[in-house]
Amino acid sequence: MLPTPSQTVGPFYGYALPFPDGGVVAPAGHPAAIVLHGRVLDGDGAPIPDALLEFWQAAPDGGREGRPGSLRRDHTTGGYAGRDGLSFTGFGRVATDADGSWTLHTLAPPAETPYLAVCVFARGLLHHLFTRVYLPDARPDDVLRRIPVERRSTLFAQEERPGLFGFDIRLQGAPHEETVFLDLA
Amino acid sequence: MSPTQQEISAEIAAQAAPTSGALHPERRYPPYRSSLLRHPSQPVVALEDPDAVELSGPVFGVTDVTELDADLTRQHHGEPLGERITVTGRVLDRNGRPVRGQLVEIWQANASGRYAHQRDQHPAPLDPNFTGVGRCLTDDEGGYAFTTIKPGAYPWRNHTNAWRPAHIHFSLFGTAFAQRLVTQMYFPGDPLFAYDPILRSVTDDAARQRLVAAYDHELSVPEWSLGYRWDVVLDGPAATWTEEGR
Repeated sequence: MLPTPSQTVGPFYGYALPFPDGGVVAPAGHPAAIVLHGRVLDGDGAPIPDALLEFWQAAPDGGREGRPGSLRRDHTTGGYAGRDGLSFTGFGRVATDADGSWTLHTLAPPAETPYLAVCVFARGLLHHLFTRVYLPDARPDDVLRRIPVERRSTLFAQEERPGLFGFDIRLQGAPHEETVFLDLA
Repeated sequence: MSPTQQEISAEIAAQAAPTSGALHPERRYPPYRSSLLRHPSQPVVALEDPDAVELSGPVFGVTDVTELDADLTRQHHGEPLGERITVTGRVLDRNGRPVRGQLVEIWQANASGRYAHQRDQHPAPLDPNFTGVGRCLTDDEGGYAFTTIKPGAYPWRNHTNAWRPAHIHFSLFGTAFAQRLVTQMYFPGDPLFAYDPILRSVTDDAARQRLVAAYDHELSVPEWSLGYRWDVVLDGPAATWTEEGR
């Protein structure tokens, strides 16, 4: 069957898609928690304040079955209850702030799949983009090996201090600046 | 100087590819001005990795939705103004298999064409009884259903006298993260279709038609609501790749 075409997320998703704790995927107090952060930038290098990022990753034990509860709800008020603080759902969703910045608290992915899958949505972006965040110590896999060496670094987070990693997403730029995007279709 | 509709319409006509078979918009679509600095200029890298994490995806459950979430007319003390409608359909993969138990999220303007969003300040009234957000999980047949009101058209600033046709934003998940889709559903016969660079970014006529719901009189409820039907087919990953990946 032929697919339904994509359309931009537009500027007004903010009261619909983001949810409390969307960027807090790591269970509370977990000793292996890491923090990823960065900015989403346009072709001029200007921050994009209306981008939405989604993250999906394997659990530290390699499990990819995920868990419900990312958007856990409060049945009394109809509002959000927040995550339960125990389950690792593997799914995060973060809207950029006025400075184009985002932060994700999560657990390091396993060594076999040492990356987070990222889906980028934004006003002005007619069809979402997929990319990956690899942690600095990741060994090159088949996907990385297919990417020209000068562009490969755009997929690696930089360790800023133990447990804190920086990763900017640039939608447009010179080959060594523009984030490598992946076509999964 | 903001371009005129005539100028934008000429650009839309120049980009038209009615029988190209293109399934999605090109990310660079100049008539939609915001796309110019927000599309990649480098080639996107095809990923063929049977072990890719993107072949699995997030799951949602009864903790993530409440029953009232699918009825956008009952989220406040009073009834929203506007034409009450139901929108129902199925979520399928490219093999026609239902996507079961997955999250469908929608958001939309109110009947006057105003979003309950601080950045939408155009002079149309807010409705204190309508927020315009809904979600549900698909059933065993991939079915979803929402009760809402028909959104109004609204102006935007892509060019002078730019108006968006009435639409409902949809966000959908498949069983694989690679199937993720955010799109917009339109209403049949809207006179604004020809003028809108976002809809027209889908340059293939048949593909564009897949964004338009059908009015279905069988779904209309006497003395209550008008019914629309809209099925969604999630793209990717390639069928063979999927089979190998599971």
